[in-house]
Amino acid sequence: MRYLPLTAENRAEMLGVIGADTVDDLFTDVPEAARLKGPIEGLPLHASELAVERHMTRLAAKNLSAGAAPFFLGAGAYRHHVPASVDHLIQRGEFLTAYTPYQPEIAQGTLQVLFEFQTQVARLFGTDIANASLYDGSTACWEAIAMAGRITRRKKAVLSGALHPHYVATIKTMAKFTGDEIADAQPTVAPEPDEAGLIGRIDDATAAVVVQYPDILGRIGNLQTIAEAAHAKGALLIAVVTEPVALGLIEAPGKLGADIVVGEGQSLGVGLNFGGPYLGLFGCREKFVRQMPGRLCGETVDAQGKRSFVLTLSTREQHIRREKATSNICTNSGLCALAFSIHMTLLGGTGLARLAKTNHLRARQLADRLSGIPGIALVNSTYFNEFCVKLPTDAREVVRALADRGILGGVSLGRLYPDYEAIHGGLLVTATETTTTEDIEALAGALEDILAGEAA
Amino acid sequence: MNAVNPSGWRPAAPARAADAPESPTATGDRGLMLEEKLIFELGGWDQTGVDIEDVEGEVLGSLSGHLRAEKPALPGLSEPETVRHYTRLSRQNYAIDLGPFPLGSCTMKHNPRLNEKIARLPGFADIHPLQPTGTVQGALECINELAFWLMDLTGMHGVAMSPKAGAHGELCGILCIRAALEARGDSREVVLVPESAHGTNPATAAFANYRVEAIPATKDGRVDLAALKDRLGPDVAAVMITNPNTCGLFEPDMKAISDAVHEAGGFVYCDGANFNAIVGKVRPGDLGIDAMHINLHKTFSTPHGGGGPGSGPVVLSEALSPFGPLPYTARTNDGVVHLVEEEQADAFSEEHFGGVMRSFGRMAAFHGQMGMFTRALTYMLSHGADGLARVAEDSVLNANYILRSLEDLLDAPYAHSGPCMHEALFSDAGLAEGFSTLDIAKGLIDEGFHPMTVYFPLVVHGAMLVEPTETESKDGLDRLIVALRSVAERAKAGDEALHSAPHFTPRRRVDETQAARKPVLVWNGDPAPSGQPVPSEIGGR
Repeated sequence: MRYLPLTAENRAEMLGVIGADTVDDLFTDVPEAARLKGPIEGLPLHASELAVERHMTRLAAKNLSAGAAPFFLGAGAYRHHVPASVDHLIQRGEFLTAYTPYQPEIAQGTLQVLFEFQTQVARLFGTDIANASLYDGSTACWEAIAMAGRITRRKKAVLSGALHPHYVATIKTMAKFTGDEIADAQPTVAPEPDEAGLIGRIDDATAAVVVQYPDILGRIGNLQTIAEAAHAKGALLIAVVTEPVALGLIEAPGKLGADIVVGEGQSLGVGLNFGGPYLGLFGCREKFVRQMPGRLCGETVDAQGKRSFVLTLSTREQHIRREKATSNICTNSGLCALAFSIHMTLLGGTGLARLAKTNHLRARQLADRLSGIPGIALVNSTYFNEFCVKLPTDAREVVRALADRGILGGVSLGRLYPDYEAIHGGLLVTATETTTTEDIEALAGALEDILAGEAA
Repeated sequence: MNAVNPSGWRPAAPARAADAPESPTATGDRGLMLEEKLIFELGGWDQTGVDIEDVEGEVLGSLSGHLRAEKPALPGLSEPETVRHYTRLSRQNYAIDLGPFPLGSCTMKHNPRLNEKIARLPGFADIHPLQPTGTVQGALECINELAFWLMDLTGMHGVAMSPKAGAHGELCGILCIRAALEARGDSREVVLVPESAHGTNPATAAFANYRVEAIPATKDGRVDLAALKDRLGPDVAAVMITNPNTCGLFEPDMKAISDAVHEAGGFVYCDGANFNAIVGKVRPGDLGIDAMHINLHKTFSTPHGGGGPGSGPVVLSEALSPFGPLPYTARTNDGVVHLVEEEQADAFSEEHFGGVMRSFGRMAAFHGQMGMFTRALTYMLSHGADGLARVAEDSVLNANYILRSLEDLLDAPYAHSGPCMHEALFSDAGLAEGFSTLDIAKGLIDEGFHPMTVYFPLVVHGAMLVEPTETESKDGLDRLIVALRSVAERAKAGDEALHSAPHFTPRRRVDETQAARKPVLVWNGDPAPSGQPVPSEIGGR
């Protein structure tokens, strides 16, 4: 019980001050019948640091980590190299163990970081403003739809067929309870996303059109055309970026007419972490600021006129407006935002552009190699670092066969779209700066073997 | 001989603006307290602190038409400049590593470094959420093991692991309730929330499309059972109760409340933000609670770096368990831990649960806050069942020690109600004319402490909610008490200097009104010193 500093002497002395005989006398409001008389049965007693470390290390060792295998997974979570100084800096106790910056005079460090983070996100997305982060990309996406509903006073969201199916599922869960109408579609496994189909579904009741960029198959659509079509019907365009590194190379959604841009910030500084904690990015036009969810940091001055930062516009939030708040969200992903911001500061626009180029060229190398394998066809006509290939067999089986050979070979469309059998030959593969030529050869060689065995 | 500096250039001292704040130094720095510019004022548009391996090749048709016109206008810093920038900023922060965070209802305690070490093992940190489940059995075991700890500690039947923070957990619990009601064809519309609840409770109920009605508090700071019973009826879906509540008190009528709500056909949601006060001492399941989120980052410690991330698993009663979110983990008799997603949810439910599992759906893209799961499990194993009971005991002991050491000086509206739980509640009654809670908070900063929670709960005028947590030593508490007593005495005596506190911080009192009236949310200054953003070299149009 090394985390508990009170000694037996301390406890006795403090009980004396309180005027109680035993600690249990402080629990008298808990009905006697419900009070536990000893440690809960079936749970272990306290353990040494060494013993706990041994147990947890044994669990960790049962997993095949991305760095220990040729690795090609993406689909909303990407493996990038994180410079050592990022993790080192976020572990400084003054960042790591700070709470929400409610007292600005002694939280300027966190607040300045949030202000810098907001500016970085806004510039990356091409939006006027950004907030201080949300839980993750998928929940940020729902928050954007809810916000578009408040702005347009309409209840319908039209989703691109190529929006990440887990994002779609998250949105549908919420909409079931709020009564919003969600118009979605299955993806078309084609070289280009089905923009005409999407535009055809926008009508006068539409609050928001939601488009992923690049989309779930890695294709880069034409946001400008969709923005114009949405605006013509009085709807807002929400762009969803699951791979922010792409924006080092392709145009910012805000510059193409997106009204709200949300994203998953995990790619920069945060790491894979088996799905969480991740980092929801959220930017929008300045005129929507009072409808925005989440925390905001603003610039101001102190009593001596020095530039200072503070959490602001909290009258939108749940602790002031309660049931009328823009969202029930209370926390942000502060530490992940810090990691993102440090990584972005190390890169700068120049480094980000270079990183993006390296990602894209690795993906090209992968695409060239894979599309030369008999039976494999590249689907995409455009892509950044992720694309879809068609296999002659169910890709779920192939992924399992690759895992048996120690290769983490991509995400099968069958796992993402279990109910849409027509596309189960689809395999999503991703290459980043962490992918080597040897990794690509290992995947290609194994695929050749597996597919040849399949054919035989 | 060559001239060493033919241009004759020398750095000039910064020109001081006429209206510059008073500072005895040219830089504005004071000894080790450094004024740190924004990255946009420090960095260069061409500067970078990362060496990236070049790959042969040109950006060609696969991107054509989509290239950005200019590279992002983001400044870069070299690695040493980056390390200094963030290290300097960190020094302007208060943190639990420097002293107590006595924020009531926010619970911030010591963050064991073992947790950090474990969470960073590549087997946990460097795995992808969509890897074949055969390659992540250790991670799934970890989630499953944590789930059973949570069920055992709370005496509940099931647990939903995917909510990403406390408020997300509330949403999960309310959605489970809604799904359970809908499954029996019951469309109730109202959620009752006591006045003293966290603001997230009514916001959550409203977000799930419920109408929210308040339940008043009694004079001794608890839910008014009679008023609650009067309001119950066929339109009430749920009651959301915080227990221990935000006045720092245990609700002794909890079981009676649960029984009344159940009798009326509704469900009981408990806000479990304050579970650290009762963990190992009483199981919420024994009090008739149907759903309760647990802030892993509060009760079981996680760093929370400046406001998050958190993690909010929800424990569920037998009635609600079938409706929890996807994905979920389940261990079968062969020892395999399955990750049950949409793909096999129906088949799995049919085969292993007789078809009773009827998830309301997915709440987020992947399966929860793995980084917090590993930390929480590490913390639980370190404490064990015996240590966790002691956590509750020491947190309650510390809070009562604070309450009884200050009640002669500061108004404590519920001190007569008996022992408090993990937090002690005071008010600003009895301070000198014109002095308020804010003055005490800002005065405490000058004494080197983070202030307590102020102006919450709303049911008490000028509330001050002090939560020491169990990881504070008696010496540490005594120092806090000395500081609080001193500031309170000054506020009672009308010491004008308190109105302009804090005086010794990197920034004096910050103008929050200006920030809200004229919001400046992003940096809009001139480009960085090294020049304008340049069009991208990767052109290719």
